Amino acid sequence: MTEAAATAQAGVGHPGDEIGLRNRLRARWQGLPETHRAAISIGAIIVASLLLFFIDHALAFGLLTIGAVYWIFRLPPLPYRLAAEGALVLVFLIAGPRSLAALLAIGFALSWVPPKRRDYTYAAAALLLTVFYPFYADKMFTVPVFGVWPDVATGVYMLVFIMMAVGLNIVVGYAGLLDLGYVAFYAVGAYTAAWFASEQFAHTTWHFGAVGIDPTLPGVHVTIWLLLPLAGIVAALSGIAIGLPTLRLRGDYLAIVTLGFGEILPQIARNGDSLFGFNLTNGPNGITPLDSPGFGHTISNATGGFLPANYLACCSAKVLGHTIQYTDVYFWTAVLLLIFTVFCSLRLQYSRIGRAWIAIREDETAAAAMGIPLMRTKTWAYASGAFFGGIAGAYYGVYKSSTFPGDFFFNISVFILCMVILGGMGNVWGVMVGAAFLAYLNQEGLANTGAWLNSNIHVAGWRPNIDVPLYASGIYGVILIAVMLFRPEGLIPSRRRAAEFHEGVHDQPLYDIQHDEAHYDPQGAEL
Amino acid sequence: MAADASAPRLVERIPRPSLISSIGLGFVALLVIWLIKNFTVSPSSFIQVSLIGLTTGCLYALVALGYTLVYGILELINFANGDVFMLGGMFAITYSTHFFNLHPGQGPVIVPILIVTLVMVMVSCGLINATIERVAYRPLRGAPRLAPLITAIGASFIIEDIGLIFWGPNYVPAPSVFPTSSVFNVGGVNFTWNMLIVFLFTIPVLLILLFLVQRTRQGKAMRATAQDMDASAMMGIDVNRTISFTFVLAGGLAGAAGFLYAFYVTAVRFDQGFQLGLIAFTAAVLGGIGNLPGAVLGAVLIGLIQAWNEGLPWHAPGSDWTESIVFSILILILVFRPEGLLGERTPEGG
Repeated sequence: MTEAAATAQAGVGHPGDEIGLRNRLRARWQGLPETHRAAISIGAIIVASLLLFFIDHALAFGLLTIGAVYWIFRLPPLPYRLAAEGALVLVFLIAGPRSLAALLAIGFALSWVPPKRRDYTYAAAALLLTVFYPFYADKMFTVPVFGVWPDVATGVYMLVFIMMAVGLNIVVGYAGLLDLGYVAFYAVGAYTAAWFASEQFAHTTWHFGAVGIDPTLPGVHVTIWLLLPLAGIVAALSGIAIGLPTLRLRGDYLAIVTLGFGEILPQIARNGDSLFGFNLTNGPNGITPLDSPGFGHTISNATGGFLPANYLACCSAKVLGHTIQYTDVYFWTAVLLLIFTVFCSLRLQYSRIGRAWIAIREDETAAAAMGIPLMRTKTWAYASGAFFGGIAGAYYGVYKSSTFPGDFFFNISVFILCMVILGGMGNVWGVMVGAAFLAYLNQEGLANTGAWLNSNIHVAGWRPNIDVPLYASGIYGVILIAVMLFRPEGLIPSRRRAAEFHEGVHDQPLYDIQHDEAHYDPQGAEL
Repeated sequence: MAADASAPRLVERIPRPSLISSIGLGFVALLVIWLIKNFTVSPSSFIQVSLIGLTTGCLYALVALGYTLVYGILELINFANGDVFMLGGMFAITYSTHFFNLHPGQGPVIVPILIVTLVMVMVSCGLINATIERVAYRPLRGAPRLAPLITAIGASFIIEDIGLIFWGPNYVPAPSVFPTSSVFNVGGVNFTWNMLIVFLFTIPVLLILLFLVQRTRQGKAMRATAQDMDASAMMGIDVNRTISFTFVLAGGLAGAAGFLYAFYVTAVRFDQGFQLGLIAFTAAVLGGIGNLPGAVLGAVLIGLIQAWNEGLPWHAPGSDWTESIVFSILILILVFRPEGLLGERTPEGG
């Protein structure tokens, strides 16, 4: 079966050519529905590798990887295929066995669930695993090449960036507007939180529900639970402000204008220590520290200490053999925020406005002809994307207890865009996977991989000494190009988006409909 | 319908100023008032600063032309162009110091060395730019518009990392071989030789480029491809070759700009390309993207504005704000006059 699967996958269809056993087998194989073919081949590969597992680990990994490569990239041209396979086989020849066996077991367990329930099962399993992550994070095995599993602090980082990626997905994935300045909303959110929950404006003292903070502390102190939505709203408003003048433009101009905004806002933050003599952002020194979130003693006591009075001063309780630390509390709060984001994103996707976004993405002219108000709909996409970016930014600022202008480089925008693209534009689950992976890479993975490379590779006395995280942006560049060339719909695409990439769309923008003087006139275009 | 809509547009267009354009004119008026005030405060420093601005503008022009050429033909923002510029600077330094042992005080032998280096740099950068096109843009020609933009960003990041890998994270110093003695010095205005060299180099290059695009067969093919790719393919133009040629040209210009920049500023760092590329792109948009004289005009204006901002004595925001100002110009231009200063207003051309 394996061989048949492999032959059929590698072979190109010759529909009329059905003489001989091989050709008949091939024709039969190609007559099967694609889902069946995928299932059979993946199954065959897994069985084969399981069998091989007891004989030769390295070979098993190699086979598994080849299967993954086939499935992900569907690479027909021989040189690419050989290169990819060769490289991956090499990597896994050096890998250790146990971790992949565990993954395999999980995958197998999940594959027994009937397909109808599978989406929920995946989500529920992932949620469970995530929520309990602080309890088992330090007990996990070591993954080959990547090293230890990310710690809980990295987990918070990952969750925040997943949130941002899901937010950006609304703009890029749903509405098809390329936003290269998403970091601006992150910055807006973070600075909103910083202004209203720190001693930045020390000349006034105003406290509003800021429990767990010394009430005599100067500055504005608003409770974080109010600040998160506030940051979202401020970011959404700034999204509208950015969008109104620019959304009229065609896609690539929009990209460059958002990029411009993404450069302007951090510069304002950097130079904002004397805006007409007023210290707005404290310049390059940033605003630090920020208030930590908390529920105050009243609520804390009422819930028997379940909700902590102040996150930073939190918890020495021992649950399930694990002493709960403040990072864990931040982690669970981030999980809640992420659930909120994902819920909103999913509900938006098939709402009236979500369908309008998809329509605009696929064919602006047709969408306008069907009565979709282009400007308003696009602005809403911007605003909703910005909203979640703002919340995530505010939360991350609070978690780090600081905001610096240096946090808001253009690289971050591209980094988040990279998550969306790698995971699969338009599909929330894909985006989450992509974001989790890349955020992990950024925070720990690249350093770990680099250390592994530097210590394990030696060719004839030569050892590399590469500072891998230094080259992060180049690695993201490679990811962007590779995904766009080989699998433009991303690793886990939405079916609709995949079809758009393979069949093409009419995304020539309907230009300038608001201007009566230069109305759209396709024939007059070349004059 | 087509004739009705467009013919009167060419003839009887003295439109009443709309609200948007009057706001735009207001911005321009404020700028002019600020400049006049500065000129009266200190005429000599105004002229000096303007000369510096013109020089920077010339450098920007070379990069902006690369953007405008590529945009004109593919409607694609080649983000990597700025980074190719950076590579040009790096190549210039490496070639001249490693291969020819260039150092200050060598006498007249500097001139042939520089010329050979320049040619090598232009060729290398042209080839690199064409390779980027071949790898990252050509396979995506039928894909949604988002796709090549995304690969353009990827290519830009990769090139930047190549610079980082080979030349390290610090400034790479270039031998200061351009003389900095003054050509003339009138009333506190000091015009130095290195500025003159930039002018002397840029102006002929621009003229050659104009000649190439407007008078030669290859230029005709480029213009035809820019107008309609399918139709020009039917007319027997090798579209792929024409596009590759455009990229070689754009890369060569960026390389030349990098060469000049390296010896004019005497230091290059791996991440300077991206920023400068964005500024040059703004210049191309300001002049009217796809329009060659427009790119030069826009670049000179941006260079002047940058120099004024950084050097003028009376209420100039200063170099901390340069990027903000340049990008604000970009946004304002796209809002108020999306076709640019010299561009024509077409449904696609905004």
